[in-house]
Amino acid sequence: MTNIGEHSEELLLSSPEGGQIQGPRAGWRLALSSFVENKLAVVGVVIIIFFLAFCFLGPFVYHSNQIQTNLIAAYQSPGKGHPLGTDANGFDELGRIMKGGQAAIEIGLFSSLVATVIGTLVGAVAGLLGGIIDAALMRFVDVLLSIPLLFVILIVSAHYGATVVRLSLIIGAFSWLVSARLVRGEVLTLRVRDFVLAARTMGASRSRLIYRHLIPNALGVVIVNITFQVADSINFLAILGFLGFGLNYPQVDWGDMLSDALSSLQDGYWWLVYPVGICLVLVVMAFNFIGDALRDTVDVRMRRR
Amino acid sequence: MTAYLVRRVVASIVVVFGIALLTFILLHAVSPSPGRVVLGDRASPAAVNAFNRLHGYDRSIWNQFFSYIGQLFHGNLGYSYKLNQSVNTLLAENMARSAWLSGASLFLSIVIAVPLGIFQAIKRNSVADQLLTTATFTTYSIPQNFLGLIAIGVFALDLGWFPAEASQSESIVTYISDIRANFLPIMVLTLTAVAGYSRYMRSSALDALAQDYIRLARAKGLPEWAVLRRHLVRNASLSMITLIGISIPALLGGNLIVENLFNSHGLGLLFINELNNEDYPTVIALVLIGGVLTVIGNFVADIALSMADPRIRIA
Repeated sequence: MTNIGEHSEELLLSSPEGGQIQGPRAGWRLALSSFVENKLAVVGVVIIIFFLAFCFLGPFVYHSNQIQTNLIAAYQSPGKGHPLGTDANGFDELGRIMKGGQAAIEIGLFSSLVATVIGTLVGAVAGLLGGIIDAALMRFVDVLLSIPLLFVILIVSAHYGATVVRLSLIIGAFSWLVSARLVRGEVLTLRVRDFVLAARTMGASRSRLIYRHLIPNALGVVIVNITFQVADSINFLAILGFLGFGLNYPQVDWGDMLSDALSSLQDGYWWLVYPVGICLVLVVMAFNFIGDALRDTVDVRMRRR
Repeated sequence: MTAYLVRRVVASIVVVFGIALLTFILLHAVSPSPGRVVLGDRASPAAVNAFNRLHGYDRSIWNQFFSYIGQLFHGNLGYSYKLNQSVNTLLAENMARSAWLSGASLFLSIVIAVPLGIFQAIKRNSVADQLLTTATFTTYSIPQNFLGLIAIGVFALDLGWFPAEASQSESIVTYISDIRANFLPIMVLTLTAVAGYSRYMRSSALDALAQDYIRLARAKGLPEWAVLRRHLVRNASLSMITLIGISIPALLGGNLIVENLFNSHGLGLLFINELNNEDYPTVIALVLIGGVLTVIGNFVADIALSMADPRIRIA
């Protein structure tokens, strides 16, 4: 008996700082502090900020000619004037990586935004309305999930060409499925909670329920999903570019830079392969770190309620 | 149990039908009339139209769709105009090689990932666990093409332990027995899979360890190894089954990159080559196959899971 009493007291009053639970404000601070505790997440954020600065602000600091080819200077190994050597067209590799990163990050962020917006809406609607609409939507998601998406994306990108916007839309158009499933699951759990019943009793319309109550509370899961989506999109992009279906020349992205990598390696031009790859890995890893930490944060808060 | 089976079968059939519909739409969107593709750019419009009429490409959409479905029922996946053979023949040649790479790596990845996940759960937060988590995390974040490139760069080009290409032999028997040539591609596939699996495996093993029945078993006085063997392995493996089912489409897709990199003539390489060739019937038949295999894989995984976990049967 005493055990249960103590346990419930603990539940009511505990928080990581040992103080009392205050109000909704404490919730965000709680999340932030437990996020910061996770060292890997902080590392991830630092990496992302570094790469954002590197790719978008870098070209202003480090000037390199990315427009005029210079075939005489092609394939130079790292040395004076070119810290990372030059590529097949004589472009400076470091500048190339900066430029490639811009496209990669843009597409990663934009496509995951598209995917999450579509997925959240579909999932929320399916979860709330239930019944036939839910069943039909979920069957649809099942069908799309069954098709090897890489194949379809390749077909569509080969046929319709690839710009930053188009690629983002294509990748986003197929990545929303997982978000939809997740959000639907969340909505199904939230639907039976008291605050939803209260809102319903007070006469809230369905759309008000979705926008005002369900989506904000499912936001934790959604945000976790966004970060993983970005990591996956950048990964996808790398693969697309590698297979030759990425952005068209002269636009460049990191995956595209790896497409001749095999022959580069065989010719011994390691500086055209490893630096790009390492940047790719670091960025994807950073997003994965952040996503993991966010997920731990969200889960813990859920459990503590 | 039967009710569950019936529900799953019906759901699977609906999904397969949806896939067929989608692939037909896709095929029709990118290549509505192969006349131009077959006869070339310089053929006269009259010749192109005659070709289309001859092969039934000027009928209404519904008409074409129904004959497409009928075709599928007879197992005819279409005809590749560019390569002048039926898609079935093309697939038959390449399927075995893909199956070998996927099968070998799936087997290896299960054999590695399950003990790894359990080990990580038991030695939670120890040095070994943290090292392994970092390692799998890093591997998980490396795009498969880069992983393959590193493998080729280091092991094939610099060290020369393995050839840079997978076995190029025509006969499937020679292909399978050439372990040295296929080692790198299988390793790349396995590493990627293990990296993905072990995170999941670790968390499901952790969940299982926290359950009350483990506490009870320990309280009963069972030695630790018996607790692990009798309770942990079984329950943690449940999520393994779902994971395997879900990774079946990834097997086909993952093969794309590895096969391209190592020049292994399987379905993935066929897909890329035919896509570059604009040979859409083959390409889309492959999408269909991929979809159907996924549905079958999920179905089998569901059935296996429901046989292993009685709680699902009742739901």
